[in-house]
Amino acid sequence: MLRKGIALAALGLAFLGSPALAAHPKPVEREVAWSFDGPFGKFDTAQLQRGYKVYREVCAACHSMHLLSFRNLGEKGGPFYDPEYKNPNDNPYVKSLAKDIQVPDIDSDTGDAIQRPATPADRFPSPFPNEPAARASNGGALPPDLSVIAKAREGGPNYIYALMTGYRNPPAGLTVGVGQHYNVSMTGDLTSAWKGDHHKVPPGGVVAMPPPLADGKVTFDDGSPSTVDQQAKDVAAFLYWAAEPKMMERKQFGLGAMIYLLIFTVLLYFSYRRIWRNVAH
Amino acid sequence: MSGHSTYEPKTGIERWLDTRLPIVRFAYDTALSFPTPKNLNYWWTFGGILALMLGIQLVTGIVLAMHYVPHVDYAFASVERIMRDVNYGWLIRYMHANGASMFFLAVYIHMIRNLYYGSYKAPREVLWILGCLIYLAMMATAFIGYVLPWGQMSFHGAVVITNLFGALPIIGTPITTWLWGGFAVDNPTLNRFFSLHYLLPFVIAGLVVLHIWALHVPGNNNPTGVNVKSENDTVPFHPYYTVKDGFAIAVFLLLYASFVFYNPNVLGHADNYIPANPLVTPAHIVPEWYFLPFYAILRAVPDKLGGVLLMFGAIATLFVLPWLDTSKVRSMRYRPTARLYFFIFVLAALVLGYCGGQLPDDPVIAQPSGLLLLDADINSFVWLSRIATLYFFAYFWIILPVLGLTEKPLPVPESISEPVLSHPATTPAGAVASPEKRG
Amino acid sequence: MADTVVGATPDPHASGDDPSRRDFIHIAAGAAAVGAAAALVWPLVDQMNPASDTLALASIEFDLGKVEPGQQVVVKWRGKPLFVRNRMPEQIAAAVKDDHADLRDPATDESRHKPGKPEWLVLIGTCTHLGCVPTVGGGDYGGWFCPCHGSHYDLSGRIRKGPAPKNLVVPDYAFLSDTKIKVG
Repeated sequence: MLRKGIALAALGLAFLGSPALAAHPKPVEREVAWSFDGPFGKFDTAQLQRGYKVYREVCAACHSMHLLSFRNLGEKGGPFYDPEYKNPNDNPYVKSLAKDIQVPDIDSDTGDAIQRPATPADRFPSPFPNEPAARASNGGALPPDLSVIAKAREGGPNYIYALMTGYRNPPAGLTVGVGQHYNVSMTGDLTSAWKGDHHKVPPGGVVAMPPPLADGKVTFDDGSPSTVDQQAKDVAAFLYWAAEPKMMERKQFGLGAMIYLLIFTVLLYFSYRRIWRNVAH
Repeated sequence: MSGHSTYEPKTGIERWLDTRLPIVRFAYDTALSFPTPKNLNYWWTFGGILALMLGIQLVTGIVLAMHYVPHVDYAFASVERIMRDVNYGWLIRYMHANGASMFFLAVYIHMIRNLYYGSYKAPREVLWILGCLIYLAMMATAFIGYVLPWGQMSFHGAVVITNLFGALPIIGTPITTWLWGGFAVDNPTLNRFFSLHYLLPFVIAGLVVLHIWALHVPGNNNPTGVNVKSENDTVPFHPYYTVKDGFAIAVFLLLYASFVFYNPNVLGHADNYIPANPLVTPAHIVPEWYFLPFYAILRAVPDKLGGVLLMFGAIATLFVLPWLDTSKVRSMRYRPTARLYFFIFVLAALVLGYCGGQLPDDPVIAQPSGLLLLDADINSFVWLSRIATLYFFAYFWIILPVLGLTEKPLPVPESISEPVLSHPATTPAGAVASPEKRG
Repeated sequence: MADTVVGATPDPHASGDDPSRRDFIHIAAGAAAVGAAAALVWPLVDQMNPASDTLALASIEFDLGKVEPGQQVVVKWRGKPLFVRNRMPEQIAAAVKDDHADLRDPATDESRHKPGKPEWLVLIGTCTHLGCVPTVGGGDYGGWFCPCHGSHYDLSGRIRKGPAPKNLVVPDYAFLSDTKIKVG
C-alpha cells in the first residue's frame, strides 16, 4: 500500500509538472465515485446513516460539530428523513437519537449547570467545553470543528477519505515527533524532517490525530462490512452532507432553472432573429 | 437626453403627467427610442448584462443583510445559518457570492471591448472615467464583501489589504489604525466594513446613472469607430437592442446559473470555510480571481511602497488613457499594428492573473535556473509578473502614444452604413426597398 | 418611433410574414422573462418567513409549584409573555358566575382551563387589541388591565370592557404531571 501510494504520488508528479518537484511532493490524492457527484447526484441515505454512526461513535469523541442540530438529521436529504414527518422535530427516530445524547443546560430553577437528554432542536454537543480544554486533552492540537470541514479543505470528501486511509508507517529516514502520525495525504512539507535524498522527500505530512478508524470499530446496522475503507467513505459522505445539506434541493432547483433558461434563450433568439431580419448590420 | 424627443403622450393621464413630471418621456427617450448604431456586435451587450448583475447583487445583498450579523463571534455562524436554516438562503447567498464573480467577468469584457474599439476617445472621455470610477467602487465593494463571512481568507485578506496603506510614509500607520478602529483587524473593522458594503453599491448605482447619462450625450460608439452620420446608421434601442441584449443576458444567465447550482464554491477558496483565526495565517493566501492581476503587480516589486504605488498606478493609468492614446482612429479594426499590441496586452493581463495565483518563487518551467536577478530566480513567477507588468505599463504609456503618431491605419469607412451596404451578401432586399431611408 | 427607424424596416410588425407565429414568439419570450422574474420573487419573499431554526424552537416545560395560590408567574415563550395564574376558589367562582353575562367573545370558564384543574389558568400575555402586556389584578373585573388602551379582562381572561376584540388566548399545553405543564 505504501509503495503504491508513493508510486501514485510519483506518477502524479510526473504529470503535474515540476513546480512541485522543486519544493516538496504533493500529498497523495484519492478519488471516490460518490453518489452525489455530478449535476444529478443524490445522497445515499444508507451511506449517510452509516456515516453518522461513524461520526457519533468515533469522531464525536474529540471533534465538535456545533453548526448541526439533531433536527437536521431528519430534514429532506438528510440521513434519517422520513416523508411521513415533514417537520423533522416530530420525527420519532430523530427524537430517540437525540434523547441518547446528553447536552449541557442551565436548570431554570436553581441556575445550576446540568446535563439533560437532547431534543431535535438542540445542537450537537461539543466534546470539550472550550478551546484550551480541547487542546489540553489532545496534546496541544485542536481537533477542528467538522460542521463545514468538507467545504473547508481542498478536495472535500475525497480529501477526508484519503486522510482517513492515508496513515502509513513512516519511511526510514523520516523523523516523526512524539504525538505525531505520518499520513501520505496530509497537507504539509516534510523536507526538514527528511534525512534521505533531497529529491525523494516522502509525500504527505504529519498529523496529531492518531489513526481514528480500524476494521470492525463500528458495527453497521445494515450489515455492511466494517472495513476502514468503508468507514472512511461513509464518514466522508456524511461530512459532505453536513457541510452542504441543501445540495439535493440546490441541484433539483438548478435543473428546473437551467431548463427554463434554455427555453427562454431559444425563444429570445428567435425573437431576436425576427426583429432584426430586415436590418442590414 | 440628446436631440429632440419623439415621445407623444397618448392618453390624458400621460399628457397630464408629462407637463408636470416628464418621467415617461424621459424613460421613452433613454430606453426605448434612443437612436443606437445598427452595427453593434455582441461585445456591446455587456452593458445590459452589467446593469442586470448590479440589480441582482443589490437585491440579494439587501436580503442577506436581513440575516447577517456583523460581529466577529456571530458572522461566520450567521452566514452558515443563512445556508442552512433561512428559507432559500443557500440560493440567495450563492447567487450573491457567484454574482460578484460574474459581475467582474462582465466588467472585464466590457473594458476590453472598450479598449479594442477605442470607445474611451473623444467625445467619450467622461463616460470612460465614470466607468473607471464604477470599476474602482466595485473593487472596494467586492473586497469589503469578501471580508464579511469572517473566514480565514476574509480575515487575512483584510489584514493584507489594509496593511497596504501602511506603506505610505508618515501617514501610513495612522491611516491603518483609523481603518481598523483598533490595533488590528477586529470587530470594529468588521462592523464598519458591513456598513460600507451596504453603502457602496448605491454609490455604484449613482455612478451608473451618470455613466448612462454620459453615454446618451454622444451616443454609442460602434465597431467601426466612425461617428453616426445620419439616421440611416441607427435603429431605436427598443425593440432592436432590448431583444439583442435580452438574448445575451439569457446566455450569460445560463453560465451564472451553472455556477450557482452546480459549482457554487469553485470560484471561492476552501480556507474561507474555516472561521477566522487571527493567530494562524493560511499557507497560501490569495485574493479572489478578479484581483489576481493587481496582486501579481503588487508582488512583482521587491519594495513595499513601490509595489503599492505600482498597483494603484495600474488603476490610475486607466483614468488618463484617453489622453495617452494619440491615434485619431478609434477602432482597432483599422489599426492592424495596434491590434497586435492590443492582443499582447490582453495576454499580459491574463498572465498577470495567472501569476497572481501562484507562489512567487515557484519556477514557471522545469527546474529553477539558479540565475538570480534582483533577488529572484529568472525562471520564477516573480519574473514573469515583472515582464507582464512592464508590458502592461508600456502598452499605455509608450506603445499607444507612439503608435498613434507612427502607424499607418487602414482606410476608415465614410459611415457605418457604407461597409454594410458594400457587403452584398448581408444586404437583404428590404433594406433598400424602404423609401424613407434614403432621406 | 417609426420616424427614427431609418435603414431598417421601420416597424417590425409591418412585414408580410405570418403574423400569428411572429406575435407568438415575441409574446412567448416576454412571458418567459416575466415568468423567470416571478419565479425569483418567491425565494426573496419566503426568506423573510421564520427560518427552520426559529420553527424548531423547543416547547417549554414549567413547574407549577413555583406559583403560590392567588399569584401569577410570567414566563417567556416564543418571544412572548406567558401568564400562569393560580386562582383562588372565590376567583374561580366569580369567573364561573359570569359565564352567562353579556360577553363580547363568549366562552365558559370551563373551556379556558384543563378539566379538573380550574385553579390553573395559562394564557398568552398579550392584549388582543394591539399586543401590549396587561397588568395582573387590575381593571374592573379583577383579572387583567391593559394600560395601553384600557382593555379590561376578567378572572377567566375574557374581554369585558375596552377596545380589545377577543379573550386572552389559551395556548396549546398539557399537564405532564400534577405540578408540571408543557407548553407548545
